[in-house]
Amino acid sequence: MKTSVEPTSNNTMKVSSNAFKTAMKDLSVNRNLYIMLFPVVLYYLLFCYKPMYGILMAFHDFKPSKGILGSDFVGIKHFINFFSSYNFTMVVRNTLLINFYDILFAFPAPIILALMLNEVQNARFKKICQTITYMPHFISLVVVCGIIKNLTESDGLINDIIVFMGGERTSLLLRAEYFRTIYISSGIWQHIGWGATIYLAALSGIDQELYEAAQIDGASRFKQIIFITIPSIMPVIFIMLILRVGSIMNVGFEKIILLYNPATYETADVISSFIYRKGLLEFNYSFSTAVGLFNSVINFILLLSTNHLSRKFNQMGLW
Amino acid sequence: MKTSFMEKTFISVIYLILTLLTLVTLYPVVYVLFASVSDSTLLLQNSGLLLRPLGFQFGAFNMVFKHPLILRSYGNTLFVVIVSLLINMLLTCLAAYVLSRKKFRYKAQFMVFIIFTMYFSGGLIPNYINIRSLGLLDSYWALILPTAINSFNLIILRNNFESLPDSLIEAAEIDGANDYHILFIIIIPLSKAVLAVITLYYMVGHWNSWFSAMIYIQDRAKFPLQLVLREILLIGDTSNVVTDIGDSSAARESVKYATIVIAIVPILCVYPFLQKYFAKGTLIGSVKG
Repeated sequence: MKTSVEPTSNNTMKVSSNAFKTAMKDLSVNRNLYIMLFPVVLYYLLFCYKPMYGILMAFHDFKPSKGILGSDFVGIKHFINFFSSYNFTMVVRNTLLINFYDILFAFPAPIILALMLNEVQNARFKKICQTITYMPHFISLVVVCGIIKNLTESDGLINDIIVFMGGERTSLLLRAEYFRTIYISSGIWQHIGWGATIYLAALSGIDQELYEAAQIDGASRFKQIIFITIPSIMPVIFIMLILRVGSIMNVGFEKIILLYNPATYETADVISSFIYRKGLLEFNYSFSTAVGLFNSVINFILLLSTNHLSRKFNQMGLW
Repeated sequence: MKTSFMEKTFISVIYLILTLLTLVTLYPVVYVLFASVSDSTLLLQNSGLLLRPLGFQFGAFNMVFKHPLILRSYGNTLFVVIVSLLINMLLTCLAAYVLSRKKFRYKAQFMVFIIFTMYFSGGLIPNYINIRSLGLLDSYWALILPTAINSFNLIILRNNFESLPDSLIEAAEIDGANDYHILFIIIIPLSKAVLAVITLYYMVGHWNSWFSAMIYIQDRAKFPLQLVLREILLIGDTSNVVTDIGDSSAARESVKYATIVIAIVPILCVYPFLQKYFAKGTLIGSVKG
């Protein structure tokens, strides 16, 4: 308390010493809170912030023996290499297309499921239906991809059906033109039930009096869905869509890595799978980090702007 | 009269679609289940849908449980999941508690510190180099420590802690309770539902995780189950796990299915019991009012 009253020649000194004093005071008053927070901060520093320093690699020719700053500085060479390569257009196009089709087909699927479940009066049927459609969400990606591989192999179930309908047997995962279809339809299978939960929660919050009033006015079930149910859950749909758009750069590349092969790179290779292959399989650490930085920056901008949008339209952001 | 007929058709169509959807969702899993207990030669000859087990045998499960690598990897996964969960829950509760207390002066600053990592990360390669420089390659800790806290779960939990009535905590403080008492004796017992959901999220994440093990773990004795599954299911007959298993391709086929069954059964046994909390969990998680 004494030093703050003492005249100091430097104003900024005074402010910072005051801030320091408040901090020290808080530290002693809330000592337990700081002890509790210590391991948490340590985790974030060590596993989230320290790797951010590693991004500097993107501007060097990183050699593990020399360390990051000891390696030769090359400026934006890696970025120019990436932007001018054939791969750039391919991976950017694939990332955008997979997301576009996913938003077109996989995004509405859980909404439709939730709307249908909402019409079901039989509680038991509804519960069974929900429990089973949730299930694939809990099956590991490796197993899901194993099942996909098994079903799409040339002697697999899907080919049996194709032959039955008069088609020819072919190993579907080796054909570039089918990759997106397989990726997105299996994605619907995986996430439809889980994705529906949030819409069901929103549906359960709709005021029942609206429906009663509509019934008195003679509106059919179908009309009630169109004019009451869908408008009521529109804000939630909108938020989910914004969130989905915000995660475009983080397309589930683990699934792509498990399912793709050189024959399907043409349609399957996205930015993040490209980063993995160049960096960890071909050891181009710096190049790969540069591509990763490009990805992170776009992702960052997308997330900020989508969060801003959702705040603007719904008066609530993500946080 | 006409509208009521229309309504009935409408509802019947919905029931029909939902029934079909449920069957289609369920079928791949049922197929795997049937195939795992089917006679392997009959299975290989079969084409098309499998509506019941062909023959009946538990030989494939025997082979799986005798295979040293599969069994070992099962143990590895159990170890990683249990240790991770303990660390996850402890750290997430501590962080959520501190960040939910109004008396904590730098709450907003620490929230920014955490949320920033959800928007921006070092990326794959810098993370890999970081783990390597910490000397964690080929160690279970490389699978446990980098996922010690999930910021998303942390925020769900913090929002939940914040929604508890202040008077509870004030009363406890007047009675002389310190922060540890308040967290472990008052807040945690009141938040069982959301803690159950978060535990499930973490558990499913760890049980199903394979990518970090693939890049950080070279020593086959330390492989988690998912990595062995990947060799069996996706890399296929060239991998030595599979050639170890059986000489005939028929036997290998059955073993594949048996391995899938033992990998998915633990999670499938847990999730229906936590189902009632899902809607709540996802709702708090996705939007904060």
